[in-house]
Amino acid sequence: MTAHDITLSRRALLAGAGALVIGLHLPEVARAQSARPAGGAAVFAPNAFVRVAADDTVTVLIKHIEFGQGPFTGLTTLVAEEMDADWGQMRAEHAPADVKLYANLLFGVQGTGGSSAIANSFEQMRKAGATARAMLVQAAAEAWKVPAGEITVEAGVLKHPTGKQGRFGEFAGAASKLPVPENVALKQPANFRLIGREGAVKRLDSADKARGKAQFTIDIHTPGMLTVVVARPPRFGGKMASFDAAETLKVKGVVDVKPIGSGVAVYATGMWPAIKGREALKVTWDESAAEKRSSRELIAEYRALARTPGTVVGKHGDAEAVLAKADTVVEAEFVFPYLAHAPMEPLDGYLEWDGTQALARFGSQFQTTEHATIAAVLGLPQDKVRLETMLAGGSFGRRAQVSQHLAAELAMVAKAIGPNRPVKLVWTREDDLTGGYYRPLFLHKLRGAVKDGKIAAWTDSIVGQSFFLGTPFEAMVVKNGIDSTMIEGANELPYEITDFACEVHTAKVGVPTLWWRSVGHTHTAYAVECFVDELLQAAGLDPVAGRLAMMGKEPRAMGVLKAVAELAKWNGPNSVEGRARGVAVVESFGSFVAQIAEVSLGSDGEPKVHKVWCAVDCGVAVNPDVIRAQMEGGIGFGIGHALYGEITLDAGKPVQTNFDSYRSLRIHEMPAVEVMIIASTEKPTGVGEPSVPPIGPAVANALARLGQIRPRQLPMVGGTV
Amino acid sequence: MAHTFKVNGTTHSVDIDDDTPLLWALRDNLGLTGTKFGCGVAQCGACTVYLDGKPLRSCVTPVSAVAGAEITTIEAVSGREAEAVQAAWTAGDVPQCGYCQSGQVMSAIALLKENKKPTDQDIDLAMNGNICRCATYARIRAAIHSAARSLEA
Repeated sequence: MTAHDITLSRRALLAGAGALVIGLHLPEVARAQSARPAGGAAVFAPNAFVRVAADDTVTVLIKHIEFGQGPFTGLTTLVAEEMDADWGQMRAEHAPADVKLYANLLFGVQGTGGSSAIANSFEQMRKAGATARAMLVQAAAEAWKVPAGEITVEAGVLKHPTGKQGRFGEFAGAASKLPVPENVALKQPANFRLIGREGAVKRLDSADKARGKAQFTIDIHTPGMLTVVVARPPRFGGKMASFDAAETLKVKGVVDVKPIGSGVAVYATGMWPAIKGREALKVTWDESAAEKRSSRELIAEYRALARTPGTVVGKHGDAEAVLAKADTVVEAEFVFPYLAHAPMEPLDGYLEWDGTQALARFGSQFQTTEHATIAAVLGLPQDKVRLETMLAGGSFGRRAQVSQHLAAELAMVAKAIGPNRPVKLVWTREDDLTGGYYRPLFLHKLRGAVKDGKIAAWTDSIVGQSFFLGTPFEAMVVKNGIDSTMIEGANELPYEITDFACEVHTAKVGVPTLWWRSVGHTHTAYAVECFVDELLQAAGLDPVAGRLAMMGKEPRAMGVLKAVAELAKWNGPNSVEGRARGVAVVESFGSFVAQIAEVSLGSDGEPKVHKVWCAVDCGVAVNPDVIRAQMEGGIGFGIGHALYGEITLDAGKPVQTNFDSYRSLRIHEMPAVEVMIIASTEKPTGVGEPSVPPIGPAVANALARLGQIRPRQLPMVGGTV
Repeated sequence: MAHTFKVNGTTHSVDIDDDTPLLWALRDNLGLTGTKFGCGVAQCGACTVYLDGKPLRSCVTPVSAVAGAEITTIEAVSGREAEAVQAAWTAGDVPQCGYCQSGQVMSAIALLKENKKPTDQDIDLAMNGNICRCATYARIRAAIHSAARSLEA
């Protein structure tokens, strides 16, 4: 009986019993690591990441959530490269929640964020692939009775000079019985066939997504499952005082109504009765502790705070002294609104439990803490809770919850109705946009001096909210009471300015906030890159040459700026036939991005972005086309919010409730984008976020050359604050 | 009450309230989950299906309004234009998160059925009701042009 036969028979016997089945075939080390099935009939699992099946498919278990940025494709590329696999045989699926096996090596817990998927996995996944390859080669060597060193592997085929050849599947069974080697050698970059090669790799998820076949959390339907929506307080910090569900329970399809920690849950046989049932619900809210300030009031308070001394977070020289004596002092105050992430798939989650064990399935971005949260709410030991990560319809930071509020609500909803009632919790778009966890409101008050054609001094006073203080993640980013995500990109500049100071004020506001694609850089890059451009203009300097002259210690930032100027055939910013150009360059998450935007003013007075040139240096470019896609998408995301995005609070209540009022970029507003990827041998860094920060200021700087003031408040169009 | 309508060639009868949007009947009652919920107010296009061959926002169309009509969803969309669009979407690696793409693809196929060689402006007009928060718009545009070329050949 071959390994293949054993697999099939045991599969048939234990169909549905899960990965334990496969565990029977694994070597000792791998056995301990296998938590669930992967790749169907996997017979060879040399480590936590690679599964080779008898049918030759290689499935890579992806520890990072796929919500568009490409980790399924990227991490699989790394494994395939070192295995010398054929791209056509590669598959990807999410790894289960297991911090021992699947921690983000930069975080120490399992989670995705900070554009870190490739950065933290680069060696780990290559090693996983190289180990698998070495074992398959060894198995072939033993079968063919030849030295392993004489075997080559190309496009998934093992070959020996005598003419013997075979595919991975044939040796998977034998390889699974071999000891797992340690410290296998990794390829030299010159030998890469997939990494960095244009066209070598296509995304693994495109075909299904073009055909409506990709499975998201909202698509889960199981027998007896109830769909749940929750009525939450209209103001942040409100609480349910009492409720009357009489009318709700009359709605056809509504099954039950339960109070939970976050509000009142309506359980129904489907989404429509759940929505109707919630509309019929009468809830009295206790708003005694709710946040009732409006955006206008908060901005007025921030303006006042910015005029008082804050906590110094960056200082050299004596900027105040230089400003006091300067002939030309430029001042600018920039205001950034609350922003919603508004992923296309609103928050949702599925949970089934029987009182002793649970299965949760959702777009989990911080698996370790969400796993622990669900177990704690249900009162179960963590090893009795299984968490499966689903494909998610976008995140942009929304699913990376430092507060664990979705996981907690999902478990509360399941617990309130009791065991053996599977639940699917769904947020509507209105829940999403009015539900908080926004990019915080921020204000930057900047002052600068120009002397002898140079920027002589710079001060920046920042006011905003911290979303980290008081959370379990505080230790990660808060040092000496300062949340570094509030100031990143502003407290140290890539520009050499002799006299410099940056201060921060942390305001206390009862609006739940969260990181949002590119985090602090969403506002610091706009403030810094607009203001440096304004000062260079005051000094009569070219925006590109003027920046380069101050960037001597930043060779990679200079590199992308020079590259983008060349790509766009930069010939100064000034308007030609009604179109002007603006530039910005930003380092974020270890990657460097420079952009030039060509902008005109439409007859309606709205900025129209025609074209964006973009140069990116993210170290080794693993998947060039995924990098291009992230640059394009991040530019569109950035333009959409810089131009139109705003959540306004009116007496504490969010005004925008759906896409009719939370204006989102549409196809006719998307510019043409041309991307250049800088060839680099530096270690790879992220691309999910770094294309967002430069585009807002690049557009603003172009507007300044069309006779407009650089917008002092975002959004540029239709801001109501 | 029971509502009868034809979806992807099969007649279904579902006992749900008159005001139930077609979207939820498709997803929750018929198990056709390729059509997505994005806004519920006909602003994002993720729920696009065809009613007698024409694109329709299923999230605001009550089942009581589609009696006797032929509904087509992403699961059953077919023909030369559908094949060309889905092939171009795959070849161009258009999707990122992918959640809106069912609706994008449905709108793109409908466009090419009406207009064999759309200009950029035609694409803007046909596609601006479909929001993509990942902003894959540049690739959507390129894929539609590419699909049009392949249909010409």
